[in-house]
Amino acid sequence: MELKKINEYSWEIPKHDNMNVPAVLYASDKLLEGVKRDRTLQQAKNVACLRGIQRNAYVMPDAHQGYGFPIGGVAAFDLDEGIISPGGVGYDINCGVRLLRSDFMEKDVLEKRTLLLTEIFKEVPAGLGKGGTTRLSQRVLEEVCAKGAEWAVENGYGRKEDLLKTEENGRMKEADTSFLSKRAIERGIPQLGTLGAGNHFLEIQKVLEIFDKDVAKVFGIQSQGQILIMIHCGSRGLGHQVASDYIKSMENKFGFKDLPDRELINAPIRSNLGTQYYKSMSAAVNFAFANRQMIAHWVRDVFSKVMGSAEGMDLIYDVCHNVAKFEEHTIEGKQKRVCIHRKGATRSFGPGRKEIPEVYRDVGQPVLIPGSMGTASYILVGTSEAEKLSFGSTAHGAGRVMSRHEALRRFRGEQIKKELEQKGIELRSTSWKGVAEEASQAYKDVDEVVRISDQAGIGRLVAKVVPLGVMKG
Amino acid sequence: MKKYRFLHHTADAKFQAFGETLEEAFQQAALALVSLMWDWEKVGDKLEVPVQVEGHDMKQLLVNYLEEILYLFDTRRFLLSRVGDISIQKKEGRYVLRTLFKGDKYSNETEIFGDVKAITYNEMEISGTAPFMIQVVADI
Repeated sequence: MELKKINEYSWEIPKHDNMNVPAVLYASDKLLEGVKRDRTLQQAKNVACLRGIQRNAYVMPDAHQGYGFPIGGVAAFDLDEGIISPGGVGYDINCGVRLLRSDFMEKDVLEKRTLLLTEIFKEVPAGLGKGGTTRLSQRVLEEVCAKGAEWAVENGYGRKEDLLKTEENGRMKEADTSFLSKRAIERGIPQLGTLGAGNHFLEIQKVLEIFDKDVAKVFGIQSQGQILIMIHCGSRGLGHQVASDYIKSMENKFGFKDLPDRELINAPIRSNLGTQYYKSMSAAVNFAFANRQMIAHWVRDVFSKVMGSAEGMDLIYDVCHNVAKFEEHTIEGKQKRVCIHRKGATRSFGPGRKEIPEVYRDVGQPVLIPGSMGTASYILVGTSEAEKLSFGSTAHGAGRVMSRHEALRRFRGEQIKKELEQKGIELRSTSWKGVAEEASQAYKDVDEVVRISDQAGIGRLVAKVVPLGVMKG
Repeated sequence: MKKYRFLHHTADAKFQAFGETLEEAFQQAALALVSLMWDWEKVGDKLEVPVQVEGHDMKQLLVNYLEEILYLFDTRRFLLSRVGDISIQKKEGRYVLRTLFKGDKYSNETEIFGDVKAITYNEMEISGTAPFMIQVVADI
């Protein structure tokens, strides 16, 4: 496929065949090599063919092949002509990242690290098969899905001010639980307050490097060695079921014969089915917000118990990286409300946007980019440029380069744990095989991903953090 | 007996399951899927769950059938270890699959090593004539 170089960090697939718009990719030569090895470019082209797509289809620096849309894909659709697609959000609706700050320093935590991890491991249900600690009724689960993190705070999980520092204030108001299937609710009931497996994790991190002191300070990050807590998880089986349900019903209603890929199934935004999907997706988004809110609360409880206090453990931010939303953007010189799909992409709004917390409105929103197991993670800040370059979006993580099967063949969980220990990282997991699958060698270099985000201007570097303790789901 | 294999796929799990018959390939596909989450050879078979799924075409039937395994695990902690005889019939333009899932309930002794989020249509292939083969990419 023809790829035109725009500048050192961006590339374009010019409009051809059935494409309605070009596709633009943010990558270095090195990242591009990886992308060319799988179907990412073809999938970006397919997205650019969808009805009502605006400006460009975008591909983030950590992109890799997905199903339908690539992972790391961003697309905006006209509200009248355009579509909404469950495959453009992904199966793990509102998979996202939450970051807590603290006043603790590395030396305070190192002494008690083992105990902290043991207690967190007890409090926060990880891994599969281990249901949540609370068995809910269907009525309560529906309330969770309607109110998101607000429900959690009202029920004693965390602080009211946490909501102000959560994307959407922890609640998408359009959620309507009457459109959730019985199966989605049944799957949600035992899983609220769980981390889940795969690449989901909870880390005790320390700040390794601060690139932008002023912005870091606004985020509550003051010094090297400061302890932060990162939580990466999503909406579990409930979200997966919502995606599967609507892929099925959209296919039954509209068919897929005109689509280059069955996973690109979609519905007009204004159709009944399109509306129902959006409202169900919002319910799943809320489930995930409540999930991360509860986990953050338990982490604070453990710090209170072990360290004597959880004071200063304020939320920095909570971001979704698999979601569809209605936002205003400038398109062909005009302000326009569009339906943005971010699949494996983080919103990266710059200063002034009304959607971001007031305390961050002068600098831009925090963008949280988790690395792979045992490697660095990054805190970036959104930019105004990003709105022009990527509808205010950037990368969401490292992005895989090796299949899990291959990782299992090459690595042993026990060995990885030892290697991490040598690097000063303590690891807890319920499964050695799960650890091997998530070996950092199976991922792209997150350092390179954030460097390109920074250079391309879609999210600027603020701080680099590394783990001291990892709990893998 | 295992009659499935995994293929290279960057992000997800891609497998092929084989059978002397299409029904056997369906049985093997279930075991391949399950092998991503637990070791089915080490799980007992004292629980039985009758299963009936439908699809407007063979691929949707396959998705619904495999998703039943994820659903039963999430909601009932059911660990599949064997798939009984499968019947696939076409009724009023829809495919209907009936079988009996056998397995056991999750306990702390069972290692669960991975999460399968969903069954996708990506690169899905079903060869309906001998040699029967089913190819699936699961989102994990």
